[in-house]
Amino acid sequence: MAECHPVGFQWVMEAKARGAKIVHVDPRFTRTSAMADVHVPIRAGSDIAFLGALVNHILTRALDFREYVVAYTNAAAIVTEDFQDTEELDGLFSGFDPESNSYSAHTWRYEGAEAAAAAGQRDPSQTGAEEMAAAGKAAREGGQPETAGSGGPSVPGKPERDETLQHPRCVYQILKRHFARYTPEMVEQVCGISREQFAEVADILTTNSGRERTAAFCYAVGWTQHSVGVQNIRTAAILQQLLGNMGRPGGGIMALRGHASIQGSTDIPTLYNLLPGYIPMPHAHQHQDLESFVAADAGTTGYWGNMAAYTVSLLKSYWGDAASADNDFCFDYLPRLTGDHSTYPTVLAQLEGTCKGYFVVGENPAVGSANGKMQRLGMANLEWLVVRDFTMIESATFWKDGPEIETGELRTEDIGTEVFFLPAASHVEKDGSFTNTQRMLQWHYKAVEPPGDCQSELKFYHELGKRIRAKLAGSNDERDRPVLDLTWDYPEHGPDREPSAEAVLREINGTGPDGAALSSYTALADDGSTACGCWIYCGVFADELNQAARRKPGREQSWVAPEWGWAWPSNRRILYNRASADPDGRPWSERKAYVWWDADAGTWTGHDVPDFVADRPPDYVPPDGARGPDAIGGQDAFIMQSDGKAWLYAPIGLADGPLPTHYEPPESILENPLYGTQHSPARGRIVHPANPLNPDQSEVYPYVFTSYRLTEHHTAGGMTRTLPYLSELQPEMFCEVSPRLAAERGLVNGGWATIVTNRTAIEARVLVTERVRTLRVGDRKVEQVGLPYHWGVNGITVGDSSNDLVHVTLDPNSHIQGKVGTCDIRPGRRPTGPALLEYVEGYRRRAGIASEA
Amino acid sequence: MNDRTFLDLWPVVRQLRSGDLLGRGEAAKSGPTRRLTPRTATADQVVKSVCPYCAVGCGQTVYVKDGAVVQIEGDPDSPVSRGRLCPKGSASKQLVTSPNRVTKVRYRRPHSTEWEDLDLDTAIDMIADRVIDTRARTWVWEEDGKRVRRTMGIASLGGATLDNEENYLMKKLYTALGAVQIENQARI
Repeated sequence: MAECHPVGFQWVMEAKARGAKIVHVDPRFTRTSAMADVHVPIRAGSDIAFLGALVNHILTRALDFREYVVAYTNAAAIVTEDFQDTEELDGLFSGFDPESNSYSAHTWRYEGAEAAAAAGQRDPSQTGAEEMAAAGKAAREGGQPETAGSGGPSVPGKPERDETLQHPRCVYQILKRHFARYTPEMVEQVCGISREQFAEVADILTTNSGRERTAAFCYAVGWTQHSVGVQNIRTAAILQQLLGNMGRPGGGIMALRGHASIQGSTDIPTLYNLLPGYIPMPHAHQHQDLESFVAADAGTTGYWGNMAAYTVSLLKSYWGDAASADNDFCFDYLPRLTGDHSTYPTVLAQLEGTCKGYFVVGENPAVGSANGKMQRLGMANLEWLVVRDFTMIESATFWKDGPEIETGELRTEDIGTEVFFLPAASHVEKDGSFTNTQRMLQWHYKAVEPPGDCQSELKFYHELGKRIRAKLAGSNDERDRPVLDLTWDYPEHGPDREPSAEAVLREINGTGPDGAALSSYTALADDGSTACGCWIYCGVFADELNQAARRKPGREQSWVAPEWGWAWPSNRRILYNRASADPDGRPWSERKAYVWWDADAGTWTGHDVPDFVADRPPDYVPPDGARGPDAIGGQDAFIMQSDGKAWLYAPIGLADGPLPTHYEPPESILENPLYGTQHSPARGRIVHPANPLNPDQSEVYPYVFTSYRLTEHHTAGGMTRTLPYLSELQPEMFCEVSPRLAAERGLVNGGWATIVTNRTAIEARVLVTERVRTLRVGDRKVEQVGLPYHWGVNGITVGDSSNDLVHVTLDPNSHIQGKVGTCDIRPGRRPTGPALLEYVEGYRRRAGIASEA
Repeated sequence: MNDRTFLDLWPVVRQLRSGDLLGRGEAAKSGPTRRLTPRTATADQVVKSVCPYCAVGCGQTVYVKDGAVVQIEGDPDSPVSRGRLCPKGSASKQLVTSPNRVTKVRYRRPHSTEWEDLDLDTAIDMIADRVIDTRARTWVWEEDGKRVRRTMGIASLGGATLDNEENYLMKKLYTALGAVQIENQARI
């Protein structure tokens, strides 16, 4: 965190100054480790074993915050007897289909929720096991697990509960059995962390949780970029629920996101499987009309019960007057998914030639995406490519100076891709909002005009849309109706006729029947009388004011600083903050008071906007058959969950099991010590000759590698390798190795090394440092190679791209690739030209892999 | 500032008179340093902004003179960052004023070995034509007997570095065009 989010880390230091203990778990020693009380070096890819052992530590010693756990989590919920755990099936859960490598979640459901729609969550008509598997696969490929981005997936009704937590099939007991084998001894065997150090961390975590104290987890792509990325975070979520750390000040799980508006680009997605506000893209096999689309949610409890209002309001903001009740509000104008259309399958489609045109906008996949060769080969097979950026990034120039030109795999004259490079406007050359990692929107103002041909994306896409509409005007083809009926008239201003970003933000916010800006998503209707471009952002333009532009200085307001920017939803700074009060609505302790029930006023109040129905008393019990928000009981703190509870166990919604389970990374130096199942069985496999995997436990590739960022550079380097200051601060690609590995392989500090995988080999300067530790894992010593990933062939400083080494294997929930693999490392520079291919081929032969290329 | 006497040329006198006994502050300033004026003081416009790198969202203050950015500093008002910026945020003036920025459209013909110049207006028009043509050639109404109403011929990658309003227009336009392979760094 101190390396990649340095200014955010000041708050960790503030906490430390007030007595907080800081634990840093990371394969390498960084600036964060230097400031932490404890640094825990870990084998990359073994996080669930470590976190799972913490879960076990809490459960076996009954250290959980029992009152919180019973009231606010699904610990008491009883699961159907059809469910079988990894304990019974040697690393698999019930419902696995080896043909499709996917799960049906049917057996994971709650008892008493027999009509559960299971993984085909939006397709309740399918109930047979076979259909469920098919629906599960469709749901997974359609990316439906991510629709939980703003609250969990739906379960019908509320489950049977045993609040004594003794029922053998209650979630609490299932958890106990599942994690029983995650012992400190196992942590030593899997992670390379000593029992003593594990005990120290367990003690720090548990003694700093409870009524008086809270603990927080902060993570970044070190957790997400794995074949089990989502389950890594799930394990932390289980810990935080057991310890009562969710919805409370100083608690929670903080995703430290890496781009200025990566949160915003998920909320208002440029993602294949989502529409704004985490509304799923419709799936061809499940949603042919609006009614079937909203059906699964329409009957559920909690705020997703208003799905129809959110969807209709979005359709109204897309298609305005053309969208009416008579034509299903133009629902049919939406294209449908039929599978996984995420970025890596899209690259496969480019290689096959079905995907012909590609826009690359403020992104550099030739360096920043895993397996750079696949990315570049895909782009070399396009008909046309549009790159919008500040400088000549590698994704714009691969056709003349990419690594494949050097090796002779591609010849410039043979590449038929037509490339348009369009220069982009910077953040000071346009108005607009970023959503930061805390879900907070902050407006930035245009300070100067963009130079030359530089344009904002707002201007470019508005202009592109206008021209396409003009060229299609008069078309009678039904195909063109969605384009021609689109609401696309935004006010323009300035010398370049820039569209008004505030007008777009106002459309995102939404308007009511009178045309005035709405102040809350609770006002949205399903009859077409309201329009709203992103329901969770409704309120950002309340009172016709740009709330994201608020800048009351922090020192002039409370520590929550609610008048700086605007956070979704409804300017809440901590989600699910009802849980900061006990079931009766009183703060768990004065020290940790945040929001509470004011019985005299009959309302929730506190330091933040209460994340609850404002006037719903803590003792409220909803009547049978209540739906939507009406069904939220006074103690159902997790209001976006259809059962009102935080999920220790996920009865639905995940593609790879209801509980986190340790599997070895797709390339591993070890045999899984926990189960007979080596790898995550549901992992997303990308099969292509350019994406071969190293064999497990290969002596030819005996080391672990992982990649990371440096403070002085940003992702694929397009915004930093091009600047003199930053290039001077971090002037060269390097690798970090331990003194032991350096001695073993003859690597010299400051010299060169070649790092080799089955994909390719790259070279880097050597940094021999004790910051990378030799780990004792069981009875062997494990070496890890650390690789920054910022370099490419262009810029002020140049170097090989570590992403060229990384294979593509996906988390089945998020479709995100991993960043851990196995490799060899040798002293000296890599061969150049065709000799590089022969060098890599030699490794393949020694590893006994037939070349598929 | 200008009332210095001959004696003031002697540093120890400056140290004693100014109270800067250790000689690390005002007393150590040379004449040329004293005569410097910060760019932030002479700017004719001060604009509030947000750092474009990571997602912490540090406040920035952008100083503009004669229509050009002359300095970018941390915004002390921000409850997120309290005026601080990291090395990247501190270098963001170079990001926007760098001579390495490409400010003209570049065009590479199929199979060509070189870039060519291209007028911006022509470029956008050509891109619009490409979109319309590719969409028409790859349009699919049905797949496996189910209505899909889409094109699998056009993809997009990017958005995490952009504004919410830009992502909104991109998704809106692509969806209306029937393009579904729309992705960004959040997937990576």
